[in-house]
Amino acid sequence: MIEMTNVYKKYPNGITAINGLDVRIDQGDFVYVVGPSGAGKSTFIKMIYREEVPTKGTVKVGDFDLVNLKAKKVPYLRRFVGVVYQDFKLLPRLTVFENVAYAMQVVGKKPKQIQKRVLEVLELVGLKHKVRMFPNELSGGEQQRVAIARAIANMPRVLIADEPTGNLDPETAWGIMDVLEEINNQGTTIIMATHNSDIVNRVRHRVLAVENGRIARDQEEGLYEYEG
Amino acid sequence: MKARTIWRHIKESFKSIKRNGWMSLAAVSAVAVTLLLVGSFIAILLNVNKLASDVEEDVSVRVYIDLAAEEEDQEALQENLEEIEDVELVVYSSRDEELSQVIGSYGDEFGLFDGDDNPLHDVFILNTSAPEATAEVADQAEDLNYVADVNYGGATADRLFEVMETVRNVGAVIIVALIFTAVFLIANTIRITIFSRKTEIEIMKLVGATNWFIRWPFLIEGALIGFIGALIPVSIISYIYLSGFDTMMSYLSGTYFALLPPNPFLIQIVALLLAIGIGIGGFGSALSIRKFLKV
Repeated sequence: MIEMTNVYKKYPNGITAINGLDVRIDQGDFVYVVGPSGAGKSTFIKMIYREEVPTKGTVKVGDFDLVNLKAKKVPYLRRFVGVVYQDFKLLPRLTVFENVAYAMQVVGKKPKQIQKRVLEVLELVGLKHKVRMFPNELSGGEQQRVAIARAIANMPRVLIADEPTGNLDPETAWGIMDVLEEINNQGTTIIMATHNSDIVNRVRHRVLAVENGRIARDQEEGLYEYEG
Repeated sequence: MKARTIWRHIKESFKSIKRNGWMSLAAVSAVAVTLLLVGSFIAILLNVNKLASDVEEDVSVRVYIDLAAEEEDQEALQENLEEIEDVELVVYSSRDEELSQVIGSYGDEFGLFDGDDNPLHDVFILNTSAPEATAEVADQAEDLNYVADVNYGGATADRLFEVMETVRNVGAVIIVALIFTAVFLIANTIRITIFSRKTEIEIMKLVGATNWFIRWPFLIEGALIGFIGALIPVSIISYIYLSGFDTMMSYLSGTYFALLPPNPFLIQIVALLLAIGIGIGGFGSALSIRKFLKV
């Protein structure tokens, strides 16, 4: 499903973020990516949806070979992989409904289908009553949920969430986790970078610990094992 | 592209103009002011040009017929004159007609010369096809039989032609410069508008939109802004030209001068302004977003 082999990533400023990383993630997995700040977590995640390209090694996601992927094909990868960003990245001038709908228009879905599916995913994240609001009228947790709704609208095979609970209060964070669990139960692979030990320890899944640019620990139903 | 997608892009661009409120208004105003300047200057310059040509056309060659010429000599002379290259029209004016013109222009006192006292010659008035040919035509006419004298204003007319040539060239340069300025200003305005939406474009890209999916609404939006911006100067210029045309023409009636008639001149200006607005608006925005698409 997702396969990284002997991956290196060196930034132009000389920092080596990923240093010989190997990992394999199967379809339907739920994976936590943990590790101290600056250990390469973000770079690792960004290489899955090709915001970053490795300097060396291979990255395969589904049928996409990310190292040799042509710029023209990148949009199609981004439809296969849904991403929830830490800073939400909602379109500020579109309403909640339109934000989610945008991802489906991109794929060329029919307006009727879009209407139905958008309301469906917004209901799943519990925001059906706020469809006409603009992002700046929502709280952080609500914006995060809109971002999740948008990421799953096209039923991607992989959902990547970069610190989805990072800026949220514990109660909202658990709400988000429920949504992610639900999506995972429908067969979507979930890769979630997090610092939230509470969640990792209580909702047990495979844990990938990234340290010094490589996988330091890969454990089924693992624990968080970092301080604070 | 599917019809559904085209329709979606059009709707999207209208929505975007509305939601970008002030930014759209600023862009529309910038386009309007620029095109108003360009349009007015072009209208004025081309009319000055037209008047200049009218002045030149007004220059005709007067061929004074020798007093000794009999009627058949005159006819032969007329034929010879008509054969000169670049002569478009030969009009005969008898000495009596000439005198009555003088009386008309300078007063009844000249009535004293009426009848046999008339010192004037019979005249052929030549119109040339091109003003530049005037001197050449005059030269050739002078060599013909029974020609007493040839007059076309000589050095004065030559000087006039030179001045007119300069006026025309300067006008052409100014028009080209103005159009360049307009293109640059409009493209720049559109670019600034789009710059403020850099993150928006990046997000679209991250959600999986293809470049053209992002580009189309921006292109249509730019063209619309250019179109709306052009409508304002187009209506102002049309209104002023149409109402000013009649007034000016009544002043100019009875002279050789005329302004360019609204049809086709005004229509051409309107088309030019709309084309600049829509073309630069659309192209400008499509080009401006290019560098933001590399995500």
